[in-house]
Amino acid sequence: MSSRVSSATGSVATRAAAEQGAASATVAAETAAALRAARLALLRDLQLAFRKRSQLVQPLAFFALVTMLFPLAVSPELSRLRAIAPGVLWVAALLASLLALEFLFRDDAHDGTLEQYALSGQSLTWLMFAKTAAHWLLTGVPLALMAPLAALSLGASPAALPGIVASVTVGSVTLSLIGSIGAALTLGIKRSGALLSLLTLPLSLPVLIFGARATELAMHGAPLAAPLELLAALAVLGVTLAPLAAAAAVRISLE
Amino acid sequence: MTWTWFHRLGSPPYVYALAARLTPWFAWPAALLIAGGLWGGLVLAPPDYQQGDGFRIVYVHAPSAWMSLMVYMTMAIAAAIALIWRIKVGHAVAAACAPIGASFTFAALVTGALWGEPMWGTYWEWDPRLTSMLILLFLYLGYMGLRAGLEDTQRADRASALLAVAGSVNVPIIHYSVTWWNSLHQAPSVMRFGKPTMALSMLVPLLMMLAGFTLYFVALLLVRLRGEVLSRERAASWIPEVLKT
Repeated sequence: MSSRVSSATGSVATRAAAEQGAASATVAAETAAALRAARLALLRDLQLAFRKRSQLVQPLAFFALVTMLFPLAVSPELSRLRAIAPGVLWVAALLASLLALEFLFRDDAHDGTLEQYALSGQSLTWLMFAKTAAHWLLTGVPLALMAPLAALSLGASPAALPGIVASVTVGSVTLSLIGSIGAALTLGIKRSGALLSLLTLPLSLPVLIFGARATELAMHGAPLAAPLELLAALAVLGVTLAPLAAAAAVRISLE
Repeated sequence: MTWTWFHRLGSPPYVYALAARLTPWFAWPAALLIAGGLWGGLVLAPPDYQQGDGFRIVYVHAPSAWMSLMVYMTMAIAAAIALIWRIKVGHAVAAACAPIGASFTFAALVTGALWGEPMWGTYWEWDPRLTSMLILLFLYLGYMGLRAGLEDTQRADRASALLAVAGSVNVPIIHYSVTWWNSLHQAPSVMRFGKPTMALSMLVPLLMMLAGFTLYFVALLLVRLRGEVLSRERAASWIPEVLKT
């Protein structure tokens, strides 16, 4: 009797374990599929971007142009420029990334790709994450690589450059993520440029504050771990939450 | 515990009638508290030993600043409820909150600037609290701008609700980063108000103003909510009946 009971419980236990295994296997398969879809979306966006190179170059040219305005407007003295350089760099980077947001969803919304993404049955959150990652690779990383040139022209010493590249690289992750929410919310609004800046700039202020601080510390040769870690914390928070919000916003915009 | 009261809050005609019935219950106490607080603050309270009569603007400034944050939280909570449980009235509440909150924020900024002139010798100081207020004003303007930009009410509701929720996640981060930023660029603190060891005769009117402003906000919200419900349900059959009486 007891053996029958124990074998019954045993079989129940094995069946439960088997079901759990099957469930975790389906979850794993779903995750794998979502990741595969996300990778394809990422590659597609990169490929499309390299076919339209002007879109890649424009934000960078804008960044260089805004940086150039300050010596002309303020003074060519490097000592004065050095004092305002961190702020100038970060304001220019913020504006350039704002300008680039326009390319994030516009074409995909226009030709129906976004709708196909939403209907595909794959996790829209992962797809949004992939799109934002592609956007960061196409605008954030080039901006970070441009930043040393701009910093040198504003009087930064070469020793400060690694810190500046690191801060712009980490900070632009959050800028792309916040921007993806704003861009998804304003999909389909005509002439949305001013509205998009009104939505995203206030939310981007912490990045500006910590980024400019990290740049300032780097230019003074001081350790910049603290603001850099705060920037990284913002990026982690953004990676966790922003794709969810962007996916919800895309669904709202497509309704 | 029955949840019928909660479900009835999802019905526009019920909410319209409830808002109409509740409004005087908030409006009259608000009027009495604000009148009493102003009398206590502007007449009865003694002048401050450092700031003279200039400090009396605190009776408008502090409640406005308090309300600007509270209205944002109300808006975000209403928006989250509406977004999660798809309750249309929640969207109406959130939409009704935004202009009120923006007005309170604007009032807090203007009174803060007016207060700054005699205290700091300048109308604008990049003080962390004033800066946070200014950012909050832009958050409200963004919310209202998004609503205005989307013509379809349903889409405007849901998109702006998502923005309000995302903003509410960000508000504490913005606040602390601004405080951090300010502590680095230590401006000469001409006037730093320490923890208020306020005399009771000054504190009581302030608390009355805080309570009065809160009730005033609720009354205003109820009135605006009725307007929102009417404009949203303008095609519904219950509206002519309600408006007849």
